[in-house]
Amino acid sequence: MSNSPTTPGIAASRLHAEDYARHFDDLYPAYDPHEAMVAADRCYFCHDAPCITACPTEIDIPLFIRQIQAGQPEAAGKTIFSQNILGGMCARVCPTETLCEGACVREAAEGKPVEIGRLQRYATDRLIARNAHPFTRAAASGKRVAVVGAGPAGLACAHRLALHGHDVTVFEAREKPGGLNEYGIAAYKAAHDFARAEVDWLMQIGGITLRQGWKLGTDGTLADLQAEYDAVFLGIGLAGVNALGLEREDAPGARDAVDFIAELRQTTDLSTLPIGRHVVVIGGGMTAVDAAVQSRLLGAEHVTMVYRRGREEMGASDYELSHAANEGVKIITNAMPVAIHANGALREVEFAYTRQGPTGLEPSGETFRVKADHLFKAIGQKLEGVPEGLALDGRKLSVGADGRTTLAGVWAGGDCTGGGEDLTVTAVAQGRDAAESIHAALTGAGA
Amino acid sequence: MANLTTNFIGIKSPNPFWLASAPPTDKEYNVVRAFKAGWGGVVWKTLGAEGPPVVNVNGPRYGAVWGADRRLLGLNNIELITDRPLEVNLREIKQVKRDWPDRALVVSLMVPCDEESWKAILRHVEDTEADGVELNFGCPHGMSERGMGSAVGQVPEYIEMVTRWVKSHSRMPCIVKLTPNIADIRKPAEAAKRGGADAVSLINTINSITSVNLDTFSPEPMIDGKGAHGGYCGPAVKPIALNMVAEIARSPETHGLPISGIGGVTTWRDAVEFMTLGAGTVQVCTAAMTYGFGIIKELTAGLSQYMDEKGFTSVDQLVGRAVPNITDWQYLNLNYVAKAKINQDLCISCGRCYAACEDTSHQAISMSPDRKFEVMDDECVACNLCVNVCPVADCITMEPMAKGSVDPRTGETVGDYANWTTHPNNPMAKAAE
Repeated sequence: MSNSPTTPGIAASRLHAEDYARHFDDLYPAYDPHEAMVAADRCYFCHDAPCITACPTEIDIPLFIRQIQAGQPEAAGKTIFSQNILGGMCARVCPTETLCEGACVREAAEGKPVEIGRLQRYATDRLIARNAHPFTRAAASGKRVAVVGAGPAGLACAHRLALHGHDVTVFEAREKPGGLNEYGIAAYKAAHDFARAEVDWLMQIGGITLRQGWKLGTDGTLADLQAEYDAVFLGIGLAGVNALGLEREDAPGARDAVDFIAELRQTTDLSTLPIGRHVVVIGGGMTAVDAAVQSRLLGAEHVTMVYRRGREEMGASDYELSHAANEGVKIITNAMPVAIHANGALREVEFAYTRQGPTGLEPSGETFRVKADHLFKAIGQKLEGVPEGLALDGRKLSVGADGRTTLAGVWAGGDCTGGGEDLTVTAVAQGRDAAESIHAALTGAGA
Repeated sequence: MANLTTNFIGIKSPNPFWLASAPPTDKEYNVVRAFKAGWGGVVWKTLGAEGPPVVNVNGPRYGAVWGADRRLLGLNNIELITDRPLEVNLREIKQVKRDWPDRALVVSLMVPCDEESWKAILRHVEDTEADGVELNFGCPHGMSERGMGSAVGQVPEYIEMVTRWVKSHSRMPCIVKLTPNIADIRKPAEAAKRGGADAVSLINTINSITSVNLDTFSPEPMIDGKGAHGGYCGPAVKPIALNMVAEIARSPETHGLPISGIGGVTTWRDAVEFMTLGAGTVQVCTAAMTYGFGIIKELTAGLSQYMDEKGFTSVDQLVGRAVPNITDWQYLNLNYVAKAKINQDLCISCGRCYAACEDTSHQAISMSPDRKFEVMDDECVACNLCVNVCPVADCITMEPMAKGSVDPRTGETVGDYANWTTHPNNPMAKAAE
């Protein structure tokens, strides 16, 4: 600890070594077997359970909890993975309060749902710890499928295709597979290198080849893939980020929140990662919260998160916002950035309060400045590098219910397509369902 | 606060809660702790004849069945009668009775089935000035194989014979403890009465295997790879015990015979239920073994509050109060019609009532796309299964239909009392008089 939270400017090593370890460990520690049994006992095994309906991957939650109750967490894990092969990561990152746990009847009864997410983590951890993949590949079909993007959608698609006996090549532009699981979420949600471990475990199904450092449009085209493979799945995510449209938004210290999070996730020794004494995060979604909270956890003295609309319109859930507030993040709503003040390095961000005008949101005239050594922009990501010939639906790839794009033989899923809430679990569902559609198309089993 | 003092066959105690003959009453140390906590009496753990004491296993003595949150619902044991020397027990009993004269102290006994053995032990017990004896004709394991315990309790003639010996050789009140491991509980109760017993106590434990170890393939509790049946007790056995108590209370042959009720008493409510079915005192073991002696405060406070609320001033007013309402199935009113009713404000939409009714009963509950569950009166037979599976108390209730209204299921008008004995479908029906 050569510096402290009050060291001016941008500095590394603001904390003691043990603080970094503690701050970036699991936000929720794993259940031990006793805790899991107590939590599992609360499940009522509802008929046609609302939690299942609320889960984008439709995991049979009452069944897996009953399997935990009955002393077989590994069987519970298999129940989860049969619907959601990234059930381990989803157990960590899902906004369960708005999904399964939000629908739990005990939420209605007592305001305290069964802790489905933590039980799911318990079951999936137990099965992964056995290090014996629970599924067996079908006989080789001789069909070859290209999956572009090794994020949640691509991985889920690849696994399901491999399960059906197809040979899958996953093309990934980045150095590591995992997509946002590896690069895009807060470290304390996927501690102990879980994203990487999960991919390694998933790959045990066999029949999946991973080609890293391959970028669509640069290292090959969609047409190339179509020519070489029987089908193509695009899980390319959202590679671009939205800009503020202000002068000096590239001043030293101002950067995209996704880049900051990715760098943090790939930094082995977090005491070497510099962070400003004053940090401003612009945005109201999960990415903004992850950037803001992790700034505090790195030792920033003041972290302010500013969103141009009201709290109820923020993309981040109440739970995420409470967590941020609890970690000392100051949240300002109804304010938009109007100027960036720099003197070489970033100095301040100027905001105007907003109000609803006749043509939409407009500055009210009242402004304020917030000191900023670091400015993290988290106002949304956008689709980039769309291959030719694919129709868009708004700003996302246009797909049917089974993930088919407007090009024959090409499917897509995950954040690059519309319809979901850009959640890991939605991406998994879309990748899985596209794989079933591809399988049906390749084997003539369906339309 | 209601007066909880009890006079049971002349044995007085400040409240009707006694600790049953079992490990909690095996020695002075425990019994004194129980009395300090407020227990009204104890039945001292069963004494055997003079000589080398019995020995117990040196591995697990207890097996268990659990409910949600690992709540102990049933316990079984393979422990035998006291394994401490007779003279030590007698000395401690005498001391405890002297120190705690207001508490009931009954001594449980089990000696070989000959008159001399009983005569000898009774002399020793009388010398302690204990309040009475309880004859252990119930223990289902270990002692029964030696011709004692339930080996006696399962043969009414032996019960009568031994009880008669006890009454002829002792001035002490005599309670005969009955085993439930028998087809008709009234027979041993009648035998005890014929032998001169002042009271019966029941139930003793039920033959049981609580579980099987699936690695070693041996019953639990497992001793070196083997298991033997043990005696089952705890909340799980309460319904069996209540029925047996009720059978004795309502049988013309044994009606009025004082009963000390035993079997799964856990809260004050359980105790009151036993009392209304004819028990003058209740004996507790598993609840104390699960939670410690401190539960006596809930038991006494609960009984007191209940009596105050109901206007009872003495425990006697409770005893047997439900007995007139125990009948045979054939006398139940077939013209009593009820319908389940779901309180939508309390419903949490779990759908268990729906699953139970749809899959296993009468398809009388509807489910809407937004998970509203409603009873269809034209299908509901009022079986009560939905009530029993609902996780929310009082969310589903059984509402009786008024006389004169029409049951939408049968189209028949709810009429006056009529039972199976006169029902037209009954081939044995007698013409209505």
